[in-house]
Amino acid sequence: MAFFENRLKQVPTGPRKVLFINWPLVVLVTAVASVGVLMLWSIAGGDFEVWARRQTQVFIVGMGLMFFVALVPIWFWRSMAGIAYLVAFLLLVYVEFAGETNKGAQRWIDFGFLQFQPSEMMKFALVMLLAAYYDWLDVRKVSRPLWVLVPVLITILPTILVLMQPNLGTSLMLIMAGATVMFAAGVSLWYFAAVGVLVTGTVAAVFLTRGTPWQLLHDYQYSRIDTFLNPSADPLGAGYNIIQAKIALGSGGWSGKGFMQGTQSRLNFLPEKQTDFIFTTLAEEFGFVGAFSLLVLYALILGFCLVAAIQNRDRFSSLLIVGVAANFFFYIMVNLSMVMGMAPVVGVPLPLMSYGGSAMLVILVGFGLVQSAHVHRPR
Amino acid sequence: MRRTQREVEDSSRMITRRSLMLGGAMAAMVAALGARMRYLQVDQADEFRLLAEENRINIRLIPPTRGMIQDRNGKLIAGNEQNYRIIITRDEAGDVDLVMRRLASLIPMTAEELDDTIAAVKKHSSFVPVIVKDRLSWEDFSKVSINAPALPGVAPEVGLSRLYPRDTDFAHVVGYVGAVSGQDLEGTTDPDPVLRLPKFQIGKVGVERFMEATLRGTAGTKKIEVNAVGRVMRELEREEGTPGADIRLTINADLQNFVQARLGDESAAVVVVDVTNGDILCCVSSPSFDPNLFVRGISHTEYASLTENDHRPLANKSVSGAYPPGSTFKMVTGLAALTAGSIDEGYKVRCPGYLEFGGRRFHCWSRGGHGTVSLTNSLTWSCDVYYYDVAQKVGIDKIAEMGRILGLGERHDLPMSAITEGNMPTKAWKQERHKQDWRIGDTINASIGQGYVLASPLQLAVMTARIASGTSVVPRLIRMIDGQELPVAPAAALPIDPAHLQAMRRGMHDVVNAERGTAKGSKIVEPTMVLAGKTGTSQVRNITKAERERGVVSNEDLPWNRRDHALFVGFAPFDNPRYAVSVVVEHGGGGSAVAAPIARDAILYAMSDGVPSLDAYPKAQRGRIESMLKELPLRDPETGAAPTTERA
Repeated sequence: MAFFENRLKQVPTGPRKVLFINWPLVVLVTAVASVGVLMLWSIAGGDFEVWARRQTQVFIVGMGLMFFVALVPIWFWRSMAGIAYLVAFLLLVYVEFAGETNKGAQRWIDFGFLQFQPSEMMKFALVMLLAAYYDWLDVRKVSRPLWVLVPVLITILPTILVLMQPNLGTSLMLIMAGATVMFAAGVSLWYFAAVGVLVTGTVAAVFLTRGTPWQLLHDYQYSRIDTFLNPSADPLGAGYNIIQAKIALGSGGWSGKGFMQGTQSRLNFLPEKQTDFIFTTLAEEFGFVGAFSLLVLYALILGFCLVAAIQNRDRFSSLLIVGVAANFFFYIMVNLSMVMGMAPVVGVPLPLMSYGGSAMLVILVGFGLVQSAHVHRPR
Repeated sequence: MRRTQREVEDSSRMITRRSLMLGGAMAAMVAALGARMRYLQVDQADEFRLLAEENRINIRLIPPTRGMIQDRNGKLIAGNEQNYRIIITRDEAGDVDLVMRRLASLIPMTAEELDDTIAAVKKHSSFVPVIVKDRLSWEDFSKVSINAPALPGVAPEVGLSRLYPRDTDFAHVVGYVGAVSGQDLEGTTDPDPVLRLPKFQIGKVGVERFMEATLRGTAGTKKIEVNAVGRVMRELEREEGTPGADIRLTINADLQNFVQARLGDESAAVVVVDVTNGDILCCVSSPSFDPNLFVRGISHTEYASLTENDHRPLANKSVSGAYPPGSTFKMVTGLAALTAGSIDEGYKVRCPGYLEFGGRRFHCWSRGGHGTVSLTNSLTWSCDVYYYDVAQKVGIDKIAEMGRILGLGERHDLPMSAITEGNMPTKAWKQERHKQDWRIGDTINASIGQGYVLASPLQLAVMTARIASGTSVVPRLIRMIDGQELPVAPAAALPIDPAHLQAMRRGMHDVVNAERGTAKGSKIVEPTMVLAGKTGTSQVRNITKAERERGVVSNEDLPWNRRDHALFVGFAPFDNPRYAVSVVVEHGGGGSAVAAPIARDAILYAMSDGVPSLDAYPKAQRGRIESMLKELPLRDPETGAAPTTERA
């Protein structure tokens, strides 16, 4: 293994490690989380207690975890990859039968102080295991069908469990995260092209046969897809959230209505305003300027991650960083597309912003892994 | 696994290449998000801003304060009272049952009311306030206010609702208000939006109804911010409406009260008119009812007791009741004959007690006859035969024409409900209405105000006012609107020779003041207030031949509803007429015994502007009248409060 033989002595040890943490990334993450707390404060109508206090506490705990994970050598985490995946997988099986449901979708384990969603943990466990797999695998064998099938199975199995919850958003994110790691590891582009063609073909077949005698789905299934894709057709039901979110965003205008002046969120027109739809409040109160600034912050976080991945010459570390960044990116992408009416509503939180303990903690642990890989990178 | 340096290099290059591709893809997608943001927040901002405003802003109406109705001197007849009520909002109350049980121990509430309210509170959305109790006393209201901390979600509230302090006195004239019904909205294509407010009340009857536009005012608006479930968050903007204008009637509330009390339980109507300007000073219909019952919501039993009463308290007899005017109509017949030249002032008729015509006998009320009767005495003694004779000479159409000149058969335009036209029959009218030829017997009946002739007490008062003043007095009920005196058009002189009018007045003078006058018992001895008038007793049934042979059945022996109506019309002072009065007492008996004393008291009260002095009455009557006046249950003149002590 690369580290034990080469350059081990050049890896920082002891308290010196702190100096090698990727501090700009820490600052960016803290900045985004602070904006999140600020928005939660505003949504509660200036009451810090309602959501902001707890979110702050969770963030502080999460930062502690992040630093802890960052200072533990990355090779320890690599050795933990299999176990993490196994634990996450078993927990997914467990919640499938014994977990608590909310709104018929999310399944969690109630720890009292925290509602833990195993599917969140799986996002990172999957990335860890895939990175470890490609670190182990002979680089020349990466694109051989049999060796492609293994990571596909690793990805598909937990995805099926999550889909059964049913949690479409997280399932998609698991597939995308798995695919991204495989892509970064160098799996031949032909595979991706083939999957792309296959998916496009299926979708096209489903829709093109609609209305013909040999259509592939039942009529009610088509109409379900319609409402899913175009919620504005049902303005008081599925479309209500999206319409109100768009009104909030649009009415913010260039510079917004001002801090704590958002009428859409303050008057409860926005559902889930403190969780999935928190971005709308930011956009309403701080306008395009505020919303775009947040997007820039997110882009910088992603940028720093990708640079760290490229800099790192350890294969596991690089792939892990890419995987975590991809996860982070898909969170943002799915959430913002949904909120801005570009994608169906699938219940994905906005990372570091949305109120909710387990997502925040898992993301910060993910950044901890990125930091650990960065601190312990071969020099 | 061990890797060669070269393998590591290859791996790194591959990851770098692929990472850059990923980075590019991510950048493209982030750019797409940014573009979408720009589209929504910059390009479409105005449209969404509008939608956001529509979301949060609601416009609500502020109901205007209804104008007051006062008597001619500004005494309150219809006002707005503070209505203290208690409302409860579920989401602020928390445990509704507990709060309601506490509330029930403070204010009077039946177990049923308690259960109903709890059910209502639970049925509505949590933020909708529900009225627990309406029209609380100030004491109970204060109790709830003081205990507010122990009663979360309970709010004391003050609203306005209509109150008639002189309840029964003005029920018929002023009417009452009530909730808007579907019928009220029918026919108007663009109703005032304020009518759609729940519990908004509009005039249903009388002045309240006919002056609705003046009294209502216009609603104000307030812009309020609401949240997604419709709860009011705050008020943003307020535009006050204009309150309704106050109206002053021509009626004198004290006189109205005096007359109402004077009538007691009789089924009767009295109208007093100022002959100089047409002001209706008093317009009473008895028995009356309490209009406040209708405002608060009348119970089924209360309503039934009003509709089933044979004295018809709901009917406004003074303007809606059409009665045969009886002998009070004789001035019309007389004036018609004089004006047509059929007779002159010296015309005399011999009255044997009946007139034979076409094989039928038309009786005079005096079985023995009046002997030779002059024009003046025809009124003084109320000789029927004189008018039977005169009427044949002049004919019904001329009589009807005179009746119309004097305001009969005409619907006087006043803001009151169900004003009757009465009936002033002509030959053409009978042909059209009954498809029959007019017969001379009809004229004979009409000449003494029986048969087809019908008039309301209001019309009789106007007729008397016209005779007294010689001008075509037009009655009016509204004196001032919003503090502005309404102009009175000077009344035109009647197209009647003043000498003829004076002859009639002289006869009316003798009715009350001459030795054999039919109303001599109702004389006013005060020389500046001399009363002149005419009695009337109108039959509501035909006297059958059998009855006549058995001897006339006296009124007292008949059931109430078959007795004669008692009437009296009059004016005073005789030498300088100021007021005219008409009295109809349904099934009251004789005009001279029943109606004339009421008319005298009413007109005396009007002239002395207060309870009349006993000096105006003949000495012999003073004792009886004094005790009668003392026992009248008069209201407090200022507040209008009903007397609390029972009549002795």
